[in-house]
Amino acid sequence: MSTSNAGTIKTLLRLLPYARKALPRLILGIFAAIGAHMFALAIPQMLQDLVNSLVAGGISALYPAVGLILLLGTLEAGFVLLRRWLVLTPGTFVEASMRNSLYEKLQDLPVAFHDRWPSGQLLSRAVSDLGLLRRWLSFGLVLFTGNLITIIVGLVILFTFNFWLGLIFFVATIPIWIAGFLFEGKYKTVARLSQDQSGDLATRVEEAVHGVRVLKSFGRGSFAAAQFSDDASELRSTEMRKARTVANIWLYLILIPEVAVGLSMLAGVWLVAQGEVSVGTLVAFFATAMVLRWPTESLGFLLSFTLEAKTATERFFEVMDSVNEINDPADPKQVAEPRGLLEFENVEFRYPDAAPDAPALLRGVNLRIEPGESVALIGLTGCGKSTMTALTTRLHEVTSGSIKIDGVDIRDLTRGELRTLIAMAFEDATLFSSSVRDNVLLGNPNGTDADLTQALEIAQAQFAYELPQGLDTAIGEEGLSLSGGQRQRLALARAVAAKPKILVLDDPLSALDVDTEALVEDALRHVLKETTALIVAHRPSTVMLADKVALLEDGRITAFGTHQELLKTSAHYRYVITSLDEEQREREVNI
Amino acid sequence: MSLYGTNDEERTDLTKEESRFVRARSRRLLGSLLNPLKARLVLAVFLGIVSTAIRVAGPALIALGIDWALPRAVLGQYDYLWVVVIAYLSAAVATSLLTYYFLMLSARLAQTMLFDLRNRMFVHTQKLSVEFHERYTAGRVIARQTSDLESIAELLAGGLNELVIGGLFMILTAAALLLLDPISFLVLLGALIPLAILTRWFQIKTNRGYRKQRVASARLIQYFVETMTGIRAVKAFRKEKQNEKHFGGLVEDYRKHNAHLIQLFGIYDPGLIMIGNLTVAAVLLVGGFRVLDGSLGIGVLTAAILYAKRFFDPMEEIAIFYNSYQSASSALEKISGVLEEEPSVPEAENPTSVSQAQGNVRFDGVEFKYQSGPVVLKKFDLEIPAGQTIALVGTTGAGKSTLAKLISRFYDPSSGSVSLDGIDLRDISNTDLRREVVMVTQEAYLFSGTVAENIQLGRPGASMEDVVAAAKAVGAHEFISALPEGYDTDVNKRGGRVSAGQRQLISFARSFLANPAVLILDEATSSLDIPSERMVQRGLKTLLAGRTAVIIAHRLSTVAIADRVLVMEHGEIIEDGSPLRLAEGDGKFARLYRAWRDSLV
Repeated sequence: MSTSNAGTIKTLLRLLPYARKALPRLILGIFAAIGAHMFALAIPQMLQDLVNSLVAGGISALYPAVGLILLLGTLEAGFVLLRRWLVLTPGTFVEASMRNSLYEKLQDLPVAFHDRWPSGQLLSRAVSDLGLLRRWLSFGLVLFTGNLITIIVGLVILFTFNFWLGLIFFVATIPIWIAGFLFEGKYKTVARLSQDQSGDLATRVEEAVHGVRVLKSFGRGSFAAAQFSDDASELRSTEMRKARTVANIWLYLILIPEVAVGLSMLAGVWLVAQGEVSVGTLVAFFATAMVLRWPTESLGFLLSFTLEAKTATERFFEVMDSVNEINDPADPKQVAEPRGLLEFENVEFRYPDAAPDAPALLRGVNLRIEPGESVALIGLTGCGKSTMTALTTRLHEVTSGSIKIDGVDIRDLTRGELRTLIAMAFEDATLFSSSVRDNVLLGNPNGTDADLTQALEIAQAQFAYELPQGLDTAIGEEGLSLSGGQRQRLALARAVAAKPKILVLDDPLSALDVDTEALVEDALRHVLKETTALIVAHRPSTVMLADKVALLEDGRITAFGTHQELLKTSAHYRYVITSLDEEQREREVNI
Repeated sequence: MSLYGTNDEERTDLTKEESRFVRARSRRLLGSLLNPLKARLVLAVFLGIVSTAIRVAGPALIALGIDWALPRAVLGQYDYLWVVVIAYLSAAVATSLLTYYFLMLSARLAQTMLFDLRNRMFVHTQKLSVEFHERYTAGRVIARQTSDLESIAELLAGGLNELVIGGLFMILTAAALLLLDPISFLVLLGALIPLAILTRWFQIKTNRGYRKQRVASARLIQYFVETMTGIRAVKAFRKEKQNEKHFGGLVEDYRKHNAHLIQLFGIYDPGLIMIGNLTVAAVLLVGGFRVLDGSLGIGVLTAAILYAKRFFDPMEEIAIFYNSYQSASSALEKISGVLEEEPSVPEAENPTSVSQAQGNVRFDGVEFKYQSGPVVLKKFDLEIPAGQTIALVGTTGAGKSTLAKLISRFYDPSSGSVSLDGIDLRDISNTDLRREVVMVTQEAYLFSGTVAENIQLGRPGASMEDVVAAAKAVGAHEFISALPEGYDTDVNKRGGRVSAGQRQLISFARSFLANPAVLILDEATSSLDIPSERMVQRGLKTLLAGRTAVIIAHRLSTVAIADRVLVMEHGEIIEDGSPLRLAEGDGKFARLYRAWRDSLV
């Protein structure tokens, strides 16, 4: 067929690996569908003889004919039952396995991918696209193939009744093919557009829900609603274009067979009058044409269904084909006895989608943190501190240079191993929908109750015991909502409970009040004695936790030493960490 | 009764009475969506009836061809045949054209309803209180507006006209048979009994199944969204395997519900075909005898068989779309539940207009507790004169944020009243209130779009100069200028990379631009580095001049610019005074202040 059709088939063939197990049943299902149609087509054959004998005035033919029709009818229903039984369950397995693969792939893809893709687009792929593919596999594919074959067989049968009558129907199918072909071209584009636009609309919904507090506090609900409404209205026009295309094909799919029936009536009656054809044959001919009617009319719907399935497949593989640049090495090394030496050597980093002429964010970072040493990372907002912490667990990958743990390049470790050695606490504390216990012991699934208690104590998260079901209270999206400070303390407890060799903390105390902060700091000090730590800090109090301070400036570490040393030697450090302090003293005098 | 709002969202075992209640609610919603479209709906149904009627006439014309035109044709007279054929062809053209217009019109109707419903959902969820969002969770709100709406869209776009045409087709076919041959019609009527029984069985069986399927799909979506939004933590703590297992379980759950449903369908559909074929055989048998005794023409028998056969044709399609009908109607049940959820912070009915508020905030006998929860704020009075800057100090959970949320009317007090310039907040329209009172929170959420657009959210339509001026005032200009495309940088593309501190600066600029009479800063500077915070504080002096401000900050550095400090503990204000006076005393504030001062060195 044409190249665009080949494109559709080629795309859909990519489903094969997922559909392999279901394939035998799907193919049997197609045969069952054809079988059912064949029995349906056989019924008019019975009519032919019956009507002829009725015209001749014989009653003898009536009972066997009715009995045979009943038998054929039962067989038809039986084969439909068989078809359904064969194809329905496999489709759900294919859907489930594709959904799981997509989810696995998405979890594997690097953070940079997720930064690029709005989660609404991912969600619409995982839910609606895969649901559509399941329905297509169990209805669309089977019916489309079955109906096509039925139409062909039906045409042959029409020819056996009478050559001229058959020819009329055969010629009538040609404009149907042309209409179908034109339809495919138009529908493909508009279906894709509509799927993308609904993805965008889903993103708008998500943002408005996550940002509902901001929208409320500025009274911008109606502003957001207007934006949403604009997008929804675009989707509506696309849907109308789609509807027009569909209505067009319907026009032809109804008109052409009807015209064929009208013309064959003209020819048929004439042929009967000429004695060329019996009345029974004419009746059977019309009955057969009626049986073919639904398969023909359904082509429009099945064709658009198939094209939508194609688009859904494309969208699915857009994610599946994304290359994950952050992989496990083919031949992973291990850190035999981890001590926790963390080294940055000439680390350069630029975001993959940064403008080519923009300077790299990190431009040759060199930093060596001895086992058990803790280093505070200081620098202005946006200078790359958080990025540096993300590099240590390969959430992002260094552009050049290397990061080593106990002398082993982190790219030579499996990601699992690396992330066991390093535990992180993020700026925005993400907790998951499960109990407090599971959340805290996430990085240490074999952790004991003692580990849990200790971690909660260090993070000053004892409030967890007072939650309605204590440590078994469900928190996160589906559970109890906690305050920012509470979330942050649990996230810190989670990092501590993982008992890593290296702790990476990104501004871990920003949401805590002064009292709590002081308590957490006291407790953390004990942990930090034995653990290597890299702590992003904004305040002197957090800096005090660390043995040394590293100052990140213009993409490099420009000063390294103790707090006191840097206060003396680095003007930029004083600017970053102490200027407020001085100003505060001034004000104190005023108070 | 309130079902499927925040209550019993996941219940599937509804009692009869509850089912009726839920269905009535869906019908109300559907009615209200259809109401403005009545005229077009009538036209669409009319078009549908006419086009279907013409189509149904087909077999009758064939009968005419055989019984009326054929005998004359045998005699060599083709005039009747031409009449019948031309009538048939005209009917073909008419029915296809009318179907085209019917499809276009019904698509327009469907899209208009859908557009209306989408907008209603969006606007309504925005109107619902923060408390609702917290209880209902973001995942569910999103599921309602995405997958549930999609299943309705699927029905409206693909299936509804099939259902309507199919239904009309069956009714008109039966009517045609009645006119043509009443005895065959009686046979068909007999077939309706098993058809009705089978359909009712299918309906009852699937009803509950679809509800379960919707719940399973919502769970799936929720988990999916949570994973993708928390992907950093997922990776860092190696949660992938655990997630895969859990998600796999949810997928399997959903699959089972789906499989169960379509298995039911797999019994229903062949059942229909069987009934259809039985009917054809019966019509044939009954008709055959009559042809033999000469009381029925062969043509009429042919037509009767064609009608009996075609009567069941749409059933398969209807059954296919019954699938989408069911899933759409359970989606509609949930959506109507959300839409009937009353905002717990309702918009004033007869608002007192407020323009150019002074910013005098008063609490009169205010108490606050969550629904059936413990008391969060004990009964208190408080007056914040216009222009005063208040610092709220106290440990986490002392009630500071709740107090702030009462002023910005995220919540209403359980008893007592909060007023602005002597007007109860409940009597001020949302637009007025949001113009005069703005709250900036710690989680500075950015929307997709440019940095400039995010700042403009504070005052849509603000000029670029105003945007830049606002950014400069809060010290955000420098880093924004350093972004690849400056103010036109798309935050979505760099969304993961604008640091928390930078997000706070942008949201600060946003509130600066909004220029409210009362500004509430809830931990709004927690992630800033010291130079930025200093910039912000300098900016604050300008920003707060001439307006009322309530600042919640864990860092006491902010307190210095306050005129007055309120120290809170366990839902009570325990100290109230100027920072100087409190610092010199020996209360909680004095102790906090000393601790903080020590921490600086």
